[in-house]
Amino acid sequence: MSVSDRVGEPKLNQPRAEGDNRQILLEVDNLQTHFRTMDGVNRAVDGVSFHVRSGETLAVVGESGCGKSVTAMSILRLIPEPPGKMAGAIRFQGRDLLKLSDKEMRSIRGNEISMIFQEPMTSLNPVLTIGRQIGETLRLHQGMSKQQAEDRAVEMLRLVGIPEPGRRVREYPHQLSGGMRQRVMIAIALACNPKLLIADEPTTALDVTIQAQILDLMRDLKNTVGAAIVLITHDLGVVAEVAERVVVMYAGRKVEEAPVNELFRNPKHPYTQGLLGSVPKLGSSLTGETTRLVEIPGLVPSLKQKIPGCVFATRCPSVTDLCRAVAPALQEKAPNHIAACHYAPVEASVSGTVAA
Amino acid sequence: MSGERILEVSDLKKHFPIRGGLMGGTVGHVYAVDGVSFHIDRGETLSLVGESGCGKSTVGKSVLRLFPLTSGQVALNGRRIDDMSPGTLRPLRREIQVIFQDPFSSLNPRMRVREILAEPIKNFGLAKDSADLEERIGQLMDKVRLPRDAVNRWPHEFSGGQRQRICIARALAAEPDVIVCDEAVSALDVSVKAQIVNLLQDLQAELGLAMLFISHDLAIVEHMTHRVAVMYLGKIVEVADRKQLFGGPRHPYTEALLSAVPVPMPGAMRERIVLKGDVPSPINPPKGCRFHTRCPYAFDRCRKDEPMLRDNGEGHFSACHLHDLPAEQNPLLNKAAPTAFRTIAA
Amino acid sequence: MSASNLPSGIQIPPGLAVATPQPDILSNVKPRRGVIGFLRRYPTIAIGGTLLLIMLIIAVFAPLFWTVDPTALAPARRTREPSAMYWFGTDMLGRDVYSRVLYGARVSLLVGFSVAFFSSIVGLAIGLLSGFNRLADSIIMRIMDGMMSIPSILLAIALMALTRGSVQNVILAITIAEIPRVSRLVRGVVLSLREQPYVEAAVASGTPTISIIFKHILPNTLAPITVQATFICAAAMITEAILSFIGAGTPPIIPSWGNIMAEGRALWQVKPYIVFFPAIFLSITVLAVNLLGDGLRDAIDPRLAKKL
Repeated sequence: MSVSDRVGEPKLNQPRAEGDNRQILLEVDNLQTHFRTMDGVNRAVDGVSFHVRSGETLAVVGESGCGKSVTAMSILRLIPEPPGKMAGAIRFQGRDLLKLSDKEMRSIRGNEISMIFQEPMTSLNPVLTIGRQIGETLRLHQGMSKQQAEDRAVEMLRLVGIPEPGRRVREYPHQLSGGMRQRVMIAIALACNPKLLIADEPTTALDVTIQAQILDLMRDLKNTVGAAIVLITHDLGVVAEVAERVVVMYAGRKVEEAPVNELFRNPKHPYTQGLLGSVPKLGSSLTGETTRLVEIPGLVPSLKQKIPGCVFATRCPSVTDLCRAVAPALQEKAPNHIAACHYAPVEASVSGTVAA
Repeated sequence: MSGERILEVSDLKKHFPIRGGLMGGTVGHVYAVDGVSFHIDRGETLSLVGESGCGKSTVGKSVLRLFPLTSGQVALNGRRIDDMSPGTLRPLRREIQVIFQDPFSSLNPRMRVREILAEPIKNFGLAKDSADLEERIGQLMDKVRLPRDAVNRWPHEFSGGQRQRICIARALAAEPDVIVCDEAVSALDVSVKAQIVNLLQDLQAELGLAMLFISHDLAIVEHMTHRVAVMYLGKIVEVADRKQLFGGPRHPYTEALLSAVPVPMPGAMRERIVLKGDVPSPINPPKGCRFHTRCPYAFDRCRKDEPMLRDNGEGHFSACHLHDLPAEQNPLLNKAAPTAFRTIAA
Repeated sequence: MSASNLPSGIQIPPGLAVATPQPDILSNVKPRRGVIGFLRRYPTIAIGGTLLLIMLIIAVFAPLFWTVDPTALAPARRTREPSAMYWFGTDMLGRDVYSRVLYGARVSLLVGFSVAFFSSIVGLAIGLLSGFNRLADSIIMRIMDGMMSIPSILLAIALMALTRGSVQNVILAITIAEIPRVSRLVRGVVLSLREQPYVEAAVASGTPTISIIFKHILPNTLAPITVQATFICAAAMITEAILSFIGAGTPPIIPSWGNIMAEGRALWQVKPYIVFFPAIFLSITVLAVNLLGDGLRDAIDPRLAKKL
C-alpha cells in the first residue's frame, strides 16, 4: 500500500474496512452545517464523518430533521451562506470541496458529483424538452456539440429504460408520468458519467410498483455505470434492498454505522433498534406474531440548544444519568460496526484493539 | 367477523366531470370510482389499498358524503345516506368521522385546540353544559395521550405526530361508530408512525370502532387490518381476510404489489414481479379487464370481457379470468410459498 | 469534557469513550423579538410604514405644519418661485402650493383607504358567495369578467360622468371599478380553502355551512385580502389623481394632488415646481403603500416566513 493510499484511510471514528480495497472516493470529516435562525443557531449537522468508496452504495438513514438531507446538500455545497455555515472537510478524490472556489465547484456539480431529488416534477424545467435538459449538462461540462448532446441524450434515455427514446427526447416534462420523470432525472444525473451520485429520497414520491422499477434500475445501473451512490432515505426497506453500508443519523449526528447485513441483524444503538422495531414487516400476519410496534416515545430534541449528553437520551428506553451528562463517542463495537452508545457492548473480536 | 354491520357500500360510482370549452361544458369524465362494493362491521378494520389515482381516497370521501355521488348506495348503520339532503344528513355525520393524511393542513390554523375539539361536540349537542364540554375535551386529550393543558395552544405549536393526535381526538369527539383513516399515518416519520398506529389499535380495542383504513403502505395495512380490499383504476380487484390476501393473493395486481414492497431484511432477494409501464388514465380506462395492459398473465379474454369480483373459495373474492382456467393452469395458484416470503436462491 | 462540568454524583468510568464537544461555528446572536425584531426582519414594512405614517400625520395635522388656507387667493403673489416665504412657491392664483400639497394628502389618503376598505368588504362578500354557490358563481363571475374587460380608469371616468364630482362619488366610482379584482381573488382563495382537509373535516363533523364560512373560511382569507387591499389602496390613489388631473374627479375647489397638477400643467414649462411637488408626494405615498404591501405579503406567506 502506498503512502498516499494511507492518507485516505478511515480514522478512529470510522470502521476499519477490512477486505474492501476500493479506493476512498469521498470522505466527509467532522462536517458541521449550522444555520442562523430566528431563535438561535440550528445545529442541523454537527460533527458527521463518513466515507464512500468508489462504486459503493452507502445509505444515510434517519427521520426528518436528522440532518441527512442537509448533509447531502453540504456535499454539493448547495447550502446558502448565510444563513448557513459549514465547517470540517469534505474530501472528494483528495480535494477539500469546502475550500474550492464557486467556479471550481460548478465544474464538479452535475459532472463528477450529481444529485437526484425526491420530487421529479419540481426539479425539471417545465419549458425545456427532455433532450435539451440532458444535453445542457453535457454541453456545459463536456463541450459537446448540439448533435452529439442529443445523440447522447437518446442513449441515456434508452439506458434508463424509457421506451421510444427518440420520440421522448423531444417531449416536455408534463407529458411524462411520475416514474418516467424520475427516470429522466436519473438520466440527467448520469449523463456526464459521474463518479458519485447523491440520491435524496429518490423513490419516496413514487408508487410501490413504480418504486420497484426505479430500484431495479438503480441496481442495474450500478453494475453498468459503476458510480458510487450515497442514498439518503428514511425507508429501511429501500436501504435493505440497495445499500452495502449504512450510516444512521439522529439529531444531526451519526449514531451508528455498519455494513447493511450487520446493521439489520445486530443493531447496537438503541435508536437503530427502535427504528427497526417500529416498522411492521410484510408477512407478519402469516407467522402469527402480530406484535405491537416498538414506539420510540417523545420527540426529536431541538437542535437549537446544545445537548450536553447523548442526543438520544430524551427518548432512550435504557437511559441513565451518565447518558444525560456525558456524550458517548463513536466506538467500534464489532468489526466494521461503530456506534455511539455508552451501553452497547463491545464484542470480544474488537475489544482488544480499541485503546482504553 | 360477523358482527353488527356499520357501513355497507354497494356499486358506488363517482365520476368527476371534466369541464372545458368556451361554455364550460362537460367534455369527459374521470372515472375515479366505478362500481365499488364493500361492508364494514363493528370493531372491524377494512383496509383499502392501491396506488395513487386508484380512487381509494375518493371512496373515503364518498362514504363521508363530502360530495354528491354519481350512483350507488351507501348505508350507515342501516340507513341509506347516499341520497339524503345535507340537512337530514348532518346529525348522522356523528356516526362517521375522518382522519386525513396531512397533519399540517388538517387543523384550522386560526383555531385553538379547545375550539377544534369543541366543534363536533357542540354540533352534535353531546355536552350537557360547559363543564361537561370541558371535561369531554380533557378526556379526549387523555385518550390521545396529550397533556390536558395543551388545549389552549395553537396547532402550529405542535409537531406532526402531535397534530395527528389532535386530529384523532377531533374524530373521537363525535363518538363515531366508524372512522375513515385516509392515509392517516403516511406522512409521519417512522417512529411517530408506530406511536399513531399503536394508538389507533388501542382506541379500536377500547371503543369498538370500525375503521376504513385507506393506505398505500402494505406493511402497515397488514399490521393493522382485519380485511383488505385492493383497488385498481376505480375498481376493487380483490377482497379477502388479511391472512388469505397476504398469504396467497388471487389477483395478479395484488401479487405484483406485494412483491414490489421493499422489506427491511437485507439479503431477502425476493422474486419480484416488476410491472411494466404506468397506470392508465382513469379518464379513458382500458376495455376488458382494467389491469390487462400491465398484467404479466393477460390473455385474449382479458382484453374483451371485464371480470367480475366473485368468491373464489373461502370468502376470498377476486376479479380475474385466471380463476376460470383449470387450477393447474392458473399461475396464481401454483406458487410454492406465499408471495411476501418467496425468495430466490441468490 | 472536563469532570468539573459534570453534575454531582456522576463519575466517568475509566475507559469510557467520550465524545469531544463540537465547537460553535456561528456565534449565537439572538435576533431581537417584538416589534423592533419584526421591523428588522421586514425592512420594507418598516420603511413603507414609516413613510405612510408621516403622510398620515401630515394629512391629519396639516394646519399645524405652518400652512395657510390652501384656498386663499392672492392674485398679487401669483406664480412665485419656492422661497423662505412660500416653501413650494405659489400657483397661478397665488395660492400657497406647500399648503395645498399638505392638505391634498387628506384627499389621497381618504380615497385610498376608503376604496381599499369598501372594495375589500364588498369583494369579500361577493367572493364568498360565488365560492359557495355554483349558480351565483356562474352569473357573478361573468359580470365580473365583463367589468374587468374595461380598464378600471375608463370605468371610473364613465361612472364619474354619470354623477356630480365629489370626494364621495370618486370613492364610489373607484370602488366599483376595483370590486371585480377583489372578488376574483377571494373566490380563488375560497375555492382552494374549501379543499383543505380541515374544512372537509369540519363538514364531516356536522358543522353547518354558515359556520364553515365564518369560522373556517373567512379568517383564513383575511391575510391575502389585507395584502391585496394595500395594492388597491395604492392603485386608488393613482386613479384619483388621474381623475382629478383630467377634471373628472374631485371638484377643483378641494385641493387634491391631481387638481394641483392639473392647474400647474399649463405652466409646466416655466413653473415646473407646481407640478413637481404634488407629484413627488403622490409617488412617495404610493411607494410607501406598495412597500408595506410587499412586506406584509412576505410576512404573511408562511412558506417564506417558515424558511430556516
